[in-house]
Amino acid sequence: MIEIRNLYKNFDDLEVLRGVNLKIKPSEKVVIIGPSGSGKSTMLRCMNLLEKPTSGEIIFKDQVINHGHLDINKVRENMGMVFQQFNLFSNLNVLENLTLAPIIRHRLNKDEAEAKALELLKRIGLPEKVNNYPNQLSGGQQQRIAIARALMMDPDLLLFDEPTSALDPEMVGEVLELMTELAEAGMTMAVVTHEMGFARQVANRILFIDEGLIVEESNDPNDFFNNPREERTQQFLSKIL
Amino acid sequence: MVVSLQVIVDFIQNNFLKDDNWRYLANGFSITLQVTFFAFLLGFTLGIFLAIIRVACKDLKPSWKTPSGLLINLLSKISNLYITIIRGTPTTVQLLIMFNVILVNLHNLKIVAILTFGLNSAAYMAEIFRSGIQAVSPGEIEAARSLGLSYMQTMSRIVMPQAFRNCLPSFGNEVITLFKETSISGFIGLVDLTRGAGILISKTFRAAPPYFASALIYLIVVLILEQIFHALERRITHD
Repeated sequence: MIEIRNLYKNFDDLEVLRGVNLKIKPSEKVVIIGPSGSGKSTMLRCMNLLEKPTSGEIIFKDQVINHGHLDINKVRENMGMVFQQFNLFSNLNVLENLTLAPIIRHRLNKDEAEAKALELLKRIGLPEKVNNYPNQLSGGQQQRIAIARALMMDPDLLLFDEPTSALDPEMVGEVLELMTELAEAGMTMAVVTHEMGFARQVANRILFIDEGLIVEESNDPNDFFNNPREERTQQFLSKIL
Repeated sequence: MVVSLQVIVDFIQNNFLKDDNWRYLANGFSITLQVTFFAFLLGFTLGIFLAIIRVACKDLKPSWKTPSGLLINLLSKISNLYITIIRGTPTTVQLLIMFNVILVNLHNLKIVAILTFGLNSAAYMAEIFRSGIQAVSPGEIEAARSLGLSYMQTMSRIVMPQAFRNCLPSFGNEVITLFKETSISGFIGLVDLTRGAGILISKTFRAAPPYFASALIYLIVVLILEQIFHALERRITHD
């Protein structure tokens, strides 16, 4: 589905990513963990080119997308992203937040988009919020709607950048529940998170990133958490578990 | 009571009604409103344009080598220079330069004033819009781009509507400033409200009544403008 080849990213003199390779297959759920400043969010943001890689290749659906010959907007339509700060459009109500992109990008007409939005809102349990504005909603509600907004485009891949880190503890559950539901429905997901319970339950693969490199990678989450091989992984896990 | 009422009636009769003297104020007021309105339209349009050019140049960091990049870079440099010059020189001097140098062949004083005040206000409005645009959450812009919206689509649907909301209070101040600043139009011989009052004084030799009357008219219009902008603010905030 998406492949990262030899990805480097510098911010001025700071080397944030130093040669990352990663391949995510359809329906796979990859969870990325690591200390803050390790480059995990930057890696995710390079996947949809919110950050421009310094060198290396991002290959999405068999096409290199970071060499400038493709319409990046078209590529992004198929790659949803969910942010730590939700980032709902504060000048639009919930319905408009959901329908803006599919209408403006000519995916759906207005009626289709609204029908789909209402259906999604029902699915995430917030049909009564359709006319509310983002600042009238709780963090958990905003994040669920942000996920629905990404789903409106029927993306092939969903990127989650610490989706629960800005939430009050009692709202983390409702967002993780929705993400688990999506995972079970077969969505391809790349998730940067500190929620180890979610990682254990949902991940097909776990990556531990530190200092711009993938330090450890495992296809068996339980084994990864119980028997981490690398010393740095052990140190990190001992601090957070 | 009867006496004092008579005094007021006489006062108005002598100062404003006699010889249709009030017409100097009324005609001047009409000119003031026209100049303000058209200068506002010009300043608003040009101001948005300047602000977008500067923000786009900063966001997109276009290369000097492509034709469109060259154009944006060049326009942005010109905008910066323009704003610096306009904000760094007195409006009165700008008006005199327009009248005596740049538009010396244009004999329509009203148009000279409209162009001067419009071009002047554009520089201030550009700065107001720019700060409004830059106050929009970068996260929302990224969210829009991550959904596939182009830079222009993000600007028109997310950034600009929020920028207007952000800068409405300063924008209201600028409109009020513009309105009051047109009172220097007399420098080029345009008979606006202030100059109308001056002419009236040269007829009646009484300074206080026309000047206070014109001050009162300015004040009332400013109060009305304030109310309009408050109403607008209430309408477009969703708190």
